[in-house]
Order: sequence, then structure tokens, then C-alpha cells
Amino acid sequence: MADAITIDSVTKVFKLAKDKPRSAKERIIRAGRISWERFLALDDVSFSVRDGETLAILGHNGSGKSTLLKCVAGTLRPTSGTITTRGRLAALLELGAGFHPDLTGRENVYLNGSILGFSKADVDAIFDDIVGFAELEEFIDQQVKHFSSGMYARLGFAVAINVDPDILLVDEVLSVGDEAFQRKCIDRIRRMQREGRTIVVVSHSTDLVRQLCDRAVVLHHGKLISEGVPGEAIRAFHDALATRGTDVPLVVEEGDHTPPVTVDPVTGELPVVVADEAEPDAGATVTIRHLEIEYPGSVQHLTPGQPLRIRVGYSASGLITDVAFGLEIFDEAGTRLMGTTTDVLEQYIHAVNGDGEVIFAFDHVPLLDGRFPIRVTIHSHDGGTIYAEREYEDAVAVMNPTRTRGTVHFPVKVEHLFNF
Amino acid sequence: MTTVDDETARPGRRDPAPALEVSRRPNPLERLRHVWRYRELLGNLVRKELKVKYKNSVLGFVWTLLNPALYLVVFSLVFQEVLRVQIPYYAIFFLSGLLVWNFFSTALTAGTMSITSNAQLVQKVWFPREILPLAAIGAAMVHFLLQAIVLVGALALFRRAPSFEYLPAVPVAFLVLLVLAAALAIGLSAINVYLRDTEHLLELTLLAWFWLSAIVYPYSLVADRLGPAREWIASLNPIIPIVITFQKALYNPDPARFAWYTNSPTFDPNNVLADQAAPAIPDHPIGWYLTHLAAVGVFAVVLLLGALWLFGRLEDDLAEEI
Repeated sequence: MADAITIDSVTKVFKLAKDKPRSAKERIIRAGRISWERFLALDDVSFSVRDGETLAILGHNGSGKSTLLKCVAGTLRPTSGTITTRGRLAALLELGAGFHPDLTGRENVYLNGSILGFSKADVDAIFDDIVGFAELEEFIDQQVKHFSSGMYARLGFAVAINVDPDILLVDEVLSVGDEAFQRKCIDRIRRMQREGRTIVVVSHSTDLVRQLCDRAVVLHHGKLISEGVPGEAIRAFHDALATRGTDVPLVVEEGDHTPPVTVDPVTGELPVVVADEAEPDAGATVTIRHLEIEYPGSVQHLTPGQPLRIRVGYSASGLITDVAFGLEIFDEAGTRLMGTTTDVLEQYIHAVNGDGEVIFAFDHVPLLDGRFPIRVTIHSHDGGTIYAEREYEDAVAVMNPTRTRGTVHFPVKVEHLFNF
Repeated sequence: MTTVDDETARPGRRDPAPALEVSRRPNPLERLRHVWRYRELLGNLVRKELKVKYKNSVLGFVWTLLNPALYLVVFSLVFQEVLRVQIPYYAIFFLSGLLVWNFFSTALTAGTMSITSNAQLVQKVWFPREILPLAAIGAAMVHFLLQAIVLVGALALFRRAPSFEYLPAVPVAFLVLLVLAAALAIGLSAINVYLRDTEHLLELTLLAWFWLSAIVYPYSLVADRLGPAREWIASLNPIIPIVITFQKALYNPDPARFAWYTNSPTFDPNNVLADQAAPAIPDHPIGWYLTHLAAVGVFAVVLLLGALWLFGRLEDDLAEEI
């Protein structure tokens, strides 16, 4: 089978200067004194994407995955190495297509069509599909500068998928728009997969990658460190993240790091527990003091379906308001059984200062027997800063007195209807 | 999950498209071929350029006509009335040169900023980038045609016809002008991404260049000063041969050539304006003009290839630097 995209020992070097001379005068005056720093964005990357395959490029911020995608799209040219593509290519780089803010949505659709080699008649034929998919019938004749970012992204996505591309490049754009539109995008991508189109997705969201992709490659500091089935690549991606420490977007639950509302949407009350004048301490951090598992009985284990309390003790060096607690439970093979955060649960932790405890209380734990590892994370709302992260091996012990096998306890009753 | 090994899973799909090596830097001739393949996009970008320029403006294209009209009034006032420069039909003389100059300066100014002002497009999609400066030139061409209306109006007003003998040189001159403007706009547009003061520098350069290009004053003053042996020096300014070709063809003050007009029944001999004996444009044969235009043309083509080569090198990091 032919390769849709071949990437052969591609290297991209950016020349960076701390204080870049923007004018000729500066460039002449400071000639020779500008210390150019060579930044290796891509270091000898080689792989290929087979025709009809959906490939994910994983990597942390600055790993070079967007640069690579731009090189494939042709907006950047690699310093060395070759990239070959086969077929019509549509790219959604960094939130949407290239629209001109002063033109209307309609004019932009036609302009983008002609960039992709479509004649006016070709665009006429798909115009209604594009507008329908983007759900922008009312706004299509407005200048796109008046569009919201969601509308902008929707129109960009609608154009890219309707121009009948052989290759679709998508950079993180599946995280924009509301949930309904995201679902629609994913459905559409699945349809394109069935039609045998080649899709390359750049994403942070490992769940999405697992869900959509046939294969994944992992970039780490511009180097290709792993290539294989999603599961394998995701593990390599996590390992790479672990060596990088803080300042990592949390990959526990993609997208949904909704910051706390100041007014409770149900009661209209202010659930704020911090006085307004209290200023968060910059540079303050939180550590995990302890993790205590409170079993319901006197024994150090629980039986399937029993309640459980997990108490996370923390110690904060100052007042932090941008904070959330994450809890993940794994099985012995390392598969995540559950991952949640206080934000996801909409049980916001509004501030931490000094010592305290956050308790995750389960009414009943539907696990069969085994010893289950737990990971606790304290991070900012957007996941951009991880204050503390710790894994506890064999944290939860479950003893299964029945003879049912497996991991999950499904309460079940048996009925037998008969007519002898 | 789709199975990648199943050929039948792609019903109705085209045959595999030819491979395209996106990472290669095309040579100048391939670049021109790309531009030709994307000519429909070029047309759309020209339309976009015009649409954006006059979006939210009430008068729209009238502004394009007002520019030469205002120049004409001001310069006629200063040169004819204040400085008393004796050039008959100064309006026609001035407009024929200004037409060339306005095209050149709008093309260069808009062309230089074409990449930076279309950052949105450059960062997101691939297309031959030199289309952007070329679209700016296309838009300038539309303005050129509109401003030509003002000149035609002036010819009609003063009842002057162009010199049909020299008229065939005008399309040649315009073609040379087009190539020259394209070369400079393509080169400057890429440089401007890396050095933003290019556009300011250009503004000053164009101001000086305008006054050095025999548009407001007759070329014969320059030619006389240099003498016949050294007249070629004036053509080192590549705009001059183009400007004087336009002037020679369109500014035709000699009424003797218009027997068809003076013999007409509506002609009133008392209404004929006196012509100056000394021609504003030296009386070279058309061959002289064509030779000079050819020299500038060769220079412009070489410049264009050089600009395309430079553009190709600067293009590598364009999307990142913009």
C-alpha cells in the first residue's frame, strides 16, 4: 500500500535571538553581537503515514509536533530532509483555517476553496454543506472578524472536511466548539476514516487518540521516541511527561478543566470561601502530606459494593486559589478504571492555605478483588501547573468473598421464567 | 478502526495522486509555473484586495479617481501659475507620467506589505506565496485602468488625440513596468517580514524616486543637461524610459498632425491654443524608445528571477517570522 505522507530525516532548526533585531538599523548596529541560539525543533524525524490511516502525533508543548505538521502542510520548510505527500491536502493548523477578518464568511469560503484548487463552481456545489455543517446560516454574510472563536473554528473545520481532501491534518482543533459540535466533528472524522482518507491528528488528549487513531508517534524535544499502536505510544508519551516534571498540561481528563463559577448556577449563591481582599501568593505550592484509605469496617480491606473514603492530606505554603484535586484509580495492569478531578465533579476547591484534607467519599465501590493503585494530583484548573503528583501502589484492597471473577462488581440478580 | 490493508475499503476513490515533495525549494521557473497553476486564486485575491480596500467606504472607487485629480490640480497650480513653467497642456503631460508612477508606487507599497497583512493566510495554508505581492499588483492594475479614465477625460477636454505613431510602444512599456513592479514587490514583500522597516524605507525611496523620474518636469530638461552622448545615463533610472514612452505617446501637443480634427466643421481656429516650439519630450524615433524599453525589460526579467530566488530562500520560515 502506498504511503500518503513520507517524512524522511526531517530536521528543522530555528534561529532564535533573545532580543531579536526587528529593524535594519538594529541589525547593523548590533551585527555580530547578536547571539543566535539554534533551536532544534525537529531532529532527524522519519516516519510515514499509510494511505487511509489515521495517525496521531503526541507530544508535550514544544515537542515539535506543530512544527512538523506545518512542514507537512507546507507553511514551513524543513532545514533538511524531505517530506512527500500524495493527494489533496487540507490542514487545520492552530485553531482554524486561514480567514481574512475583513471578508465575510461567504467570501472566505470561496477564497479558501480557491486556495485548495477549487473553482467557483466547485465551491458552489459544496457551499451549502459547509454552511450547514458549521451551523452558520444566519452569520455567513457577516465579516468573520465579528465571529466568535467557536464560529470561526466551526467554519474552518467545515471547509476542511468538505473540500474532499485525501489527507486531513488537524492540530488540536477538536477541542474547540461546544460538546455537540465536537461530537459532530468526531463523527465526521470517523466517516472520513471509513471513506479511506488519511488523517493526521495532533493532540494532547490521549483518550481521543485511543478512540480515533490506528497508530501514533510520540515526539519528545524534536525527536521521534515512539511509534506504534496508540496504547504503546501513549505509555511512551506518559513516560516522557513524567521526566519533564511540572508545567505539563494534565492528561487526566482532556478539555474539561472548567474553572469554578463565582455564583452557584443553581442557588445563585456565592460559594466563595475566600475573602475578596485576600491575594493569592505567587510561587506558593502544595504538597501531599498523606493519603488515608478509610475502610468501612475494622479490617483493612473492603468487600465489593461497600463505601469508601479516600482522604488526601495537603500542606500549602501559601494561599492558592487556582487549585483542583485529581484522583485516578488503576487496576493491576495499569489500566485506568476511573479518573476525575474536583473540577470535573463540580465540587470546586476554592482555595488552599496551610494544612488541610480533601476527602473523596464513594457511596459504594464496584470493584471485585485485587489491590488497586491510586494516583493523586494537585494541579491548577487548566492543568498547566502541577503542584504535586503521587502514586500509591496497592492503595485500595478489595476482598471478594464471592466466586464471581473479573474486576468490576455489577450487582446482578437472576430470574428464571419457566414453563415445564 | 479502519483496516489499512484492505484495498476494497476505499470505494470510489481516485487513483493515488502523484507524490508531491512539499519540502523542496522550487527554482524560480517552477515558482512561475506554480503561480500560473494558481491563476484563479490570483484573480480571487485581486478581487479580495479591492473589496477589502474599499470595504466600509462610501465613495469606494471614486477615491482612486480623486487621487490623480487632486495631484493634477495641485501640480498645475504650482507649476503653471506659481513657477510659470511653460508646458502647453500641462495636465495631459503630467497625467501621462503620473499614471505610470501611481501604478508603480501603489504596486510597490501594497506589494511590500502583502505578506505581512495576509499573515492569517500565510500561517494556515500553503499556496505559492508570491501570489500575494502579485495580487497587490493586480489590484494596482485595476486602479491604473480607472485612473486612465481621468487621462482620457483630460484628452477629451483639451481636444487632443494621442500620437498614433508612438502608441504601439505603450503596451510594451506597460509590460516592462509590470515585470519591474512584480520583481521589486516580490523581493520586498519577503524582506519586509524579517525587517519591518522596509515599508518605511520604501516610502522615502519612492518620494525621491518620484522627483527623479521626469514626471512633473519635462524629460528634455534632463536630456539637454546630459547632452546627446550621455543621455543614456538618465535611463539608469528604469522608470524614465517607461514614463517618457507614455508621455511621448499620450502627450501630443502638435496640432499639425490633426488635420482630421482641424478640418472638421466644428473646429474654431480662434480657439486653438498656442504651442510651444521646444518639445517637452525629445524627438527620438519609436525605435529609440523600444530599445530603451528592451534594456529595462531585460533588467526587469533578471531582477524578477533574482527576486523569486530570494523569495524562495526567505520563504522557509515565513509562517514563523510573520
